[in-house]
Amino acid sequence: MPMTNPYNLPSRDWRDIRLGTVDGLRPRPFLKPPPLRACVRVGPRECVRAVNSKRPVNLDLTTIKFPLPALTSIAHRITGVILFVGLVFALWALDASLSSPQGFEAVRETLATNFLAKIVAWGLLSALGFHFVAGIKHLLMDMDIGVELESANRKAQVTVVISAVLVVLAGVWVW
Amino acid sequence: MVNNITNFSRSGLSDWVLQRVSAVILAVYSVFMVGYLLLHPNLDYTTWSGLFENTAMRVFSLMAFIAIAAHAWIGLWTVATDYMKPTALRLGFQIFVILALFIFLVWGVQVLWGA
Repeated sequence: MPMTNPYNLPSRDWRDIRLGTVDGLRPRPFLKPPPLRACVRVGPRECVRAVNSKRPVNLDLTTIKFPLPALTSIAHRITGVILFVGLVFALWALDASLSSPQGFEAVRETLATNFLAKIVAWGLLSALGFHFVAGIKHLLMDMDIGVELESANRKAQVTVVISAVLVVLAGVWVW
Repeated sequence: MVNNITNFSRSGLSDWVLQRVSAVILAVYSVFMVGYLLLHPNLDYTTWSGLFENTAMRVFSLMAFIAIAAHAWIGLWTVATDYMKPTALRLGFQIFVILALFIFLVWGVQVLWGA
């Protein structure tokens, strides 16, 4: 019977999965073949996990220690989402400030006196500052600058320090 | 190559390039806007609206708005596919993002050329 590739993987890989040889384990043929149909349904990744179920997987975030580059990467994502939400405030302010002299005064007045508006402006400027710095780091790493473990840590530290300075400066500017 | 995902361009490579090109545009625009506002602490309406009546500034702004839409879509698509496992939830979120960005773009064009 010709064997088709149900896992949508390069053929060597899915055959290894069936034999249980993933991750360099010794070939250990199954007495009973794994339920192929179920594997097709749940997809290749789940299949690998099911076949190697003796290998424990830890996905408990509270027990994982994140290295600094991981934390800055997560923060990059979070600030990105914040900036998406903040778009509506920024464009709303731009719209009002360009609509008429009264609109411009209203925006200036609000930013000068309203505490909530100041908090939003500061928060968005801070998110922009961090996202900007982390993005520059990303571009540098795309150019193969600082991709070793040591310099990756160093660059994450630099990202945090520069962003912290920008956050403080943004606060000074807003207040 | 994985092709069967609903990303921006059906190819991770062009998403990757687009994400970086839009990032550079947005970085330049951000630096310009922050710099302009810092250099004009006593900004008034005439100067401010004069800046945006300039065709070059309108084109620059529109370019930045389009870059925002592309950049935000690729970024939020990545986040959604990473963290939202149920298909209905992910699809709903992605439709919301597309609609929001579309409204943002139309609104942005209106701000730049309308009024």
